[in-house]
Amino acid sequence: MFDWLLWFTHMENSKPLALVLFFGAFCGVLIYVFTGKQRAKRLESYKYIPFDDEESRQPEPHDFARGDPRARIETQSRKVMDNER
Amino acid sequence: MAQSSALPAEQYNFDIVRRFMIVAMVYGVLGMAVGLYIACELAWPFLNFDIPAITFGRLRPVHTSLVIFGFGGSALFATSYYIVQRTCQARLAFPWLAEFTFWGWTAGVALGVLTYMAGFSQGKEYAEFEWPLDIAITLVWVCYILVYVETVRRRSQPHIYVANWFFLAFLLAVALLHIFNNLAVPVSLVKSYSLFAGVQDAMTQWWYGHNAVGFFLTAAFLGMMYYFVPKQAGRPVYSYRLSIIHFWALIFLYMWAGGHHLHWTALPDWVSTLSATFSVLLLMPSWGGMINGIMTLSGAWDKLRSDPIMLFLITSLSFYGMSTFEGPLMSLKSVNALSHYTDWTIGHVHSGALGWVALVSFGSFYHLMPRLYETRMYSQTLIYVHFWLATIGIVLYITSMWIAGIGQGLMLRSFDDYGNLAYTFIETVEFMHTPYIWRALGGAFFVAGALVMVYNMVMTARAARTERAALEAKLAAKLAKA
Repeated sequence: MFDWLLWFTHMENSKPLALVLFFGAFCGVLIYVFTGKQRAKRLESYKYIPFDDEESRQPEPHDFARGDPRARIETQSRKVMDNER
Repeated sequence: MAQSSALPAEQYNFDIVRRFMIVAMVYGVLGMAVGLYIACELAWPFLNFDIPAITFGRLRPVHTSLVIFGFGGSALFATSYYIVQRTCQARLAFPWLAEFTFWGWTAGVALGVLTYMAGFSQGKEYAEFEWPLDIAITLVWVCYILVYVETVRRRSQPHIYVANWFFLAFLLAVALLHIFNNLAVPVSLVKSYSLFAGVQDAMTQWWYGHNAVGFFLTAAFLGMMYYFVPKQAGRPVYSYRLSIIHFWALIFLYMWAGGHHLHWTALPDWVSTLSATFSVLLLMPSWGGMINGIMTLSGAWDKLRSDPIMLFLITSLSFYGMSTFEGPLMSLKSVNALSHYTDWTIGHVHSGALGWVALVSFGSFYHLMPRLYETRMYSQTLIYVHFWLATIGIVLYITSMWIAGIGQGLMLRSFDDYGNLAYTFIETVEFMHTPYIWRALGGAFFVAGALVMVYNMVMTARAARTERAALEAKLAAKLAKA
């Protein structure tokens, strides 16, 4: 009944299968990352995270692109101070 | 988003970052100085002085452990603890556990190098610690993972910034590598035998060795790069989507490449070919990441003229690009037949270690120092001096090792008309003497640069203390008047 499982125990089968699975997963990541305008906008908005706890930053369009409550917070005066030049 | 009215120094735990940074610099200078000394031993062997503890064989792992684990490891602890707090806008979790990682890591490295000098070693490259220290390091590492993951879990940001992905991959991979490669049967407190034998042992060792480069010296320092390059440039990373592809491609491909350290050995040929193939494929994510980092400066190239810290960071990325081109090239079986067992490999390692790892760490330290001590750097000029000393040192080092290594490889492979070796072994040693002197000179430049940095940092910390004292005196005077 479970003889078909033996197919996986042969290295000449399992290695190409692993390759196909990994390659498929990688293609999936590529498709996910580079398709969909809204998703692209959202993903690119994350690159501003290192600047999020700076004192003097003004709200920018990307803050609203994220569609999360932080966009509202960005419009308020910054409370987390920084001594960055 | 953290909504605290506190200053970052109060909101975040910077004390642990400061301490790891100081230890990184101490271990860095020590490790580089030992490296310089053993480079001199190779050029002038009398420097061994017939004292076992300071012979090349014992000092070499002292050098590698001090610079990789002492300097690089402490730099990663410092920057990862800083980055995770700033990008998650959460204070470091479990402060007492973080404290334990500091003392555990610092003591572990110190004890390790002392045991090497006493002659105790597992004989596994970059994993020479004997079993009691391996267990202690595992414990420290698990605590590091707990602190980091819990801080990420407590984040105020909904998204986990890409730098943290690289650090998380590094934490997980290093734990796996360290545990499996150090599986051993202890026979006494200072002696053990590997659980693996023969070619399996070699394969496990280089699976560890190459991924130590991949996850400890590459992925984690890329995490550093993805935070400090945008911060120092004052602009976000060139493409966040490219950073996602960079991450997944890099961590997937690296795991398979270790076998290229064992070309033309008892390793099965298919493993060798597989490793070479994955090594060549690695060029793509490596260069994708490099381009992403360098292009962050797109539109602001003038910063390279005015900001020495930016010079450190961008030059480190250039060396990263260069060494990740050289690596796949050397992993090809035909090239490896020439390069393996020669000093070309040593040059390649140092173009990555000095050019990429050390320069990106120095740049990050210069970025961190004013923020951790709430002051300005003592001298911008000295940062430039450090940069040029380091860069000239690296170039001298790499070129001398190219000459030594390629020349050595060609001589070892030369045959006369009758099929006899054209050169004796000692002739190759004589040939390498001059490049070895140039290599030592390059190392001296690099160590000198590191000393300039330490002086600059000490003076900055002293200035910060003076400024704080003056401010407190002013405040006290004001209060007394009121």
